[in-house]
Amino acid sequence: MKKSNKIFKVIVIFFLVFLYAPALLLPIFSFNNSKVISFPLSGFSTIWFEELLYENTLHNALFNSLLIAISSTILATILGTLVARASTRYIFYGKKISITFILVPLILPEIILGVCLLTVLIQLGLDLNLWSVVLGHTLLITPFSTLIMVSAFNNLDISLEEASLDLGMSSFQTFRIIILPMVSPGLISSLLIGFVISLDEFIIAFFLTGVEPTLPVYIWSQFRFPAKLPSTMALGTILLIVSLILVSLFEYFRRRMELYNYYSVGLDQN
Amino acid sequence: MNKKNIRNPEKIVDLISIEKSFDKIRAVNNVSLGIKEGEFFSLLGPSGCGKTTLLRIIAGFEKPENGDVFINGKNVNSVEPNNRPTNMVFQNYAIFPHLNVSENVGYGLRNTNLNKDEIAQKIEEALNLVGLEGYHKRASSALSGGQRQRVALARALILKPRVLLLDEPLSALDKNLREQMQFELRQLQKSVGITFVLVTHDQTEALTMSDRVGVMFNGKVDQVASPEEIYNKPQTKRVASFIGNMNFFETQYLEKNSKTISVCHKDLGNIKLLKSNIFGDDKSKLTIGIRPENFKINNKNGKKQSKSFNAKVVEKSFMGDTMLYGINLGENDHHTYRISISDIKNTPSPNIGEEISVYFQEDDIVAYFEE
Amino acid sequence: MYFSEHNKKGWRLLGVPFIFAIFLLAVPIATMTTLSFWTQDYLTLIKTITLDNYKQAWFQPVFQTLFARSLIISLTVTFITILFAFPIAYYISFYGGKRKALWLFLITIPFWTSYLLRMFLWKVILGYNGVLNSFFEWLGVITEPLTFLLYNSNAVVLALVHGWAPFAILPIFVSLEKIDRSLLEASNDLGDNNLSQFFRIILPLSMPGVIGAVLIIFIPCIGDYITPKLVGGPEGLMIANMIQVQFSKANNAPLAAALSVTSLLIVGIISLLFVFLNRKYLRNY
Repeated sequence: MKKSNKIFKVIVIFFLVFLYAPALLLPIFSFNNSKVISFPLSGFSTIWFEELLYENTLHNALFNSLLIAISSTILATILGTLVARASTRYIFYGKKISITFILVPLILPEIILGVCLLTVLIQLGLDLNLWSVVLGHTLLITPFSTLIMVSAFNNLDISLEEASLDLGMSSFQTFRIIILPMVSPGLISSLLIGFVISLDEFIIAFFLTGVEPTLPVYIWSQFRFPAKLPSTMALGTILLIVSLILVSLFEYFRRRMELYNYYSVGLDQN
Repeated sequence: MNKKNIRNPEKIVDLISIEKSFDKIRAVNNVSLGIKEGEFFSLLGPSGCGKTTLLRIIAGFEKPENGDVFINGKNVNSVEPNNRPTNMVFQNYAIFPHLNVSENVGYGLRNTNLNKDEIAQKIEEALNLVGLEGYHKRASSALSGGQRQRVALARALILKPRVLLLDEPLSALDKNLREQMQFELRQLQKSVGITFVLVTHDQTEALTMSDRVGVMFNGKVDQVASPEEIYNKPQTKRVASFIGNMNFFETQYLEKNSKTISVCHKDLGNIKLLKSNIFGDDKSKLTIGIRPENFKINNKNGKKQSKSFNAKVVEKSFMGDTMLYGINLGENDHHTYRISISDIKNTPSPNIGEEISVYFQEDDIVAYFEE
Repeated sequence: MYFSEHNKKGWRLLGVPFIFAIFLLAVPIATMTTLSFWTQDYLTLIKTITLDNYKQAWFQPVFQTLFARSLIISLTVTFITILFAFPIAYYISFYGGKRKALWLFLITIPFWTSYLLRMFLWKVILGYNGVLNSFFEWLGVITEPLTFLLYNSNAVVLALVHGWAPFAILPIFVSLEKIDRSLLEASNDLGDNNLSQFFRIILPLSMPGVIGAVLIIFIPCIGDYITPKLVGGPEGLMIANMIQVQFSKANNAPLAAALSVTSLLIVGIISLLFVFLNRKYLRNY
C-alpha cells in the first residue's frame, strides 16, 4: 500500500507544480528590470507597477469591469435565488424542464452565447454598451448562482420555516429572520463566484462591448504591444493576488453553508 | 356541504369529514373527530396511517380536499398557520440554530405588544416551566436532544395556545429519557391546563399519557376512547392486534340470545359472548380474541375452572415480572397461542412439553364479525 | 422538503428568471438559427431562405479542416486531461485523509485566476524569445531557440490541458468519493486483489464522474477562442476564431451563424454519444 501511496503523491505534486509554475512567472517578471520576458533576470524593479498607475484606459476598463461585475452578480444571484427557491420548495408542472432550460448556459460554448446575443441585439437595433454585457454575464452566471442557492436551501430544514409560521410570524418575517440569515453564506458565495466569473470573462464582453472595454478586453488589446508586456505581467500579478483573496473568501463561506445543516436536523436524530 | 361557521363549542378541535390525498394516495379518509378542551389526546397508529397528516391539517400546514376544521368553535379552513390558536412541537424540534435559547423561546412574542421587560419575564417563566432555568444564553448547538425538546415546548407554550400539537416528540430520545419525559409531559399538561394533541406510533406512550386515544389505520380512525377502554374493549380487530397482544380464534356461530351470542371452537368448547363485547356488522363468522393475561393455568390436582381446555406447552420465557408461555391446542394445530402469568408465585410452572389445563372468563373475551 | 401543496406559487417564483432565460437564450438561439438561413450582402441582410451557408460550412475544405482540427484538439485535450486527472482524483479520494478539502482547494484555485492571462502566459513561455527558450539557452542546453514550441496545434493542446485539468479532477473525485468503501472491503474479502478490484469495481462506478469530466472539458474546448488565437498560429486556429472573423471582418453574419449552429450540433451529438456510451457501459456490468 505504501509504495503506491508514494507514486501517487509524486504524480500529484508533479501536477501541482505543472499547474502553478506558469503563474509564478507573473510575479517574477513583474519585478524584473527588463522590457523582455526572458531569462536571465535583470534585477529587481517596480517600474512596471508604477506604469500601471498612469494608464488611464486601464483605469477606465477596470471601472467598467467592476461596474459590470457587481451588477451582473447581484442580478444573477437574485434570479438564481428565485429559481433555487422554486426548485427546492415547490412542486409544479413543467418544473424539471424549465429549470433545465435555465441551466443550459452551463453547457453552451461561450462563443455561441456571444454570437447569439450579438445577433439579437443587432436585430433589435439596440446599442452595444456596458448594459449589453451585463445582460450577457447575468445569463452566464445565473446557472452557477442557482446551483449554489439550491445547495443552500437544501441545507435549510423546511420545518424551521414551518415552525416560524406556526409561532405567528408572517411569510415576510420568516424570510427576514430565519431564511435570509441561514442562506446568507450561500448568497455571499454566489455573489463572489459571480463577481469573479464576470471580472474574468472575455468572449462575451469582446462581442458585446461597444466603445467601453472591460478589463479582459483591455488586456487583450495590450497583447499586441510588446512594450506593454511587462506592465501587463504586473497587472496579472495584481489580479492573481485579488483572485486568491476572493477564492479564499468563497471557500470560507462555502464551508459555513454546510454548518447549519448539521444543527437543524437535531443532534439525536436517527 | 353544509358549512357552518360556529360549531359545537365543547370540542376545542372539531374535525368534520376530513379527506386528504397525496398523489392519489388517500392519507386521510373521511375522518371525523372531536377533541375536548383541556384533555390530553393521542393519535396512535403505525407509520403511514395518516396521523401526522391529520395533525398538520389541524395546524394548518396541509389543506384538506374535503371537510372542515373547527378550532374553538370557528371554521379555520381558510386560516393560515400563523393565525391559528394552535402551536406545534415538531418531530425534529426545529430549534433555530442561529438564535440562542432565550431568542428561540421568545420568538413568537415578537408580534405581540409586550415590551422588552415583559417578554423577558415571560421567557423566564417558560424556561422554569420546562426545567431549563438559567439556560437563556445557551447556544442551540450546545443543547442535547432532551434539552431541545424542552426549548421547543417552552417556545410553543409561551404563546398560550388553545391547543398544543406534538408530532412524535419522544421518538428521537433514548429509552430512559423517553419514560421520564412521558411523565413530565403529563404533569406539564395538567399544570398548564392546555389541550394537548400528541401523535405517536408507540402504544405505551399513548396509553400512559392520554385521557383519550384515537387509533388510526390507513387514513381511518377505528376507535376513540380512554386507554382502558381501548385496551379492554378494542372495537376492531386491527385495534385489538395493534394494542398489546391478542390471541385470536375463529369460531362457529351457534345461536343468538337477547344478551348473548353463543359460539363454538373445536378446542375451547362452547362459549357465550356478551353482546356488548361483540363488534362489527352482522356477518357469518365470529373471530374471538383473548388477551394472554386472561388465560390462567389450572392446578394439576385441583378443581378445574368452568371454561377450561387442554393444551401443550411449547415455549417458556421468564420476563422478570411475568412468565410467558406458548401453547399448542390439539394434534394438528401448529399455531402458538400466548399466556402471560403475572402472579408467578401462586401459579403452576409447567415446563416445555408438558400438558396443561388452561381456563378463562367468558366476560374477558372480545369478538369481531368477519366474512 | 417541499411545501406539499401542488403550487402555482412555484411559477410565480420561477417566472422572472424563466422569462429572462427565454429572451436571452431561447430567442437568441432561434434568431441565430434563422440568421443561418439568410445571406448578407456587405451590410444588408437578404432575408430569403437558403442553404448556401450550410453548404459552405459543411463542404468547403477550409471549414472542414477547421471543424476537424477543433474536434481533434478537443478530444486530445479531453483524453490527456482525464488520463492525468484520474490518478490525481484517486489519490485525493483514497489517500487524502483529512486534508482532502485542502488538496481540492489547491487544485481549483487556478480556476479563479484570469483565463486570458493563463493562456497568455503560455505564449510568453513557449515563444521564440520566451521563458523556456531563454532558460534553456541560459543553461547552455541549446544554442538556438526552439521554433516548434509555439504557434501550432501542440501549443494549443498543451495550453488547454493546463487550463482545464482541474475541471477534470473534480467530477471524477466526486464519483470516487461516492463509492461505498465497504464495497471494496467486500470485494477484497471475496478474493480481489488491488488491480482486479480497480477494473471490476472502482472504474465502472467512477464512470459517471468520468463522463461528467469529458463533457466539462470537451464542450468548452471545442468552442475556445482565446487559446488558438494566442498560441495557435495559422496552423492552430479553431472554429471559434473563424466564427469571429466571419462575424466581424468578413461581414458574413449568416455564415458565422451557420458555423455556430453546426458547432452546436457537433457538440450535441458527441455529448449524447458519450452519455449513451456511458449507459451502455454501465448496463454491461
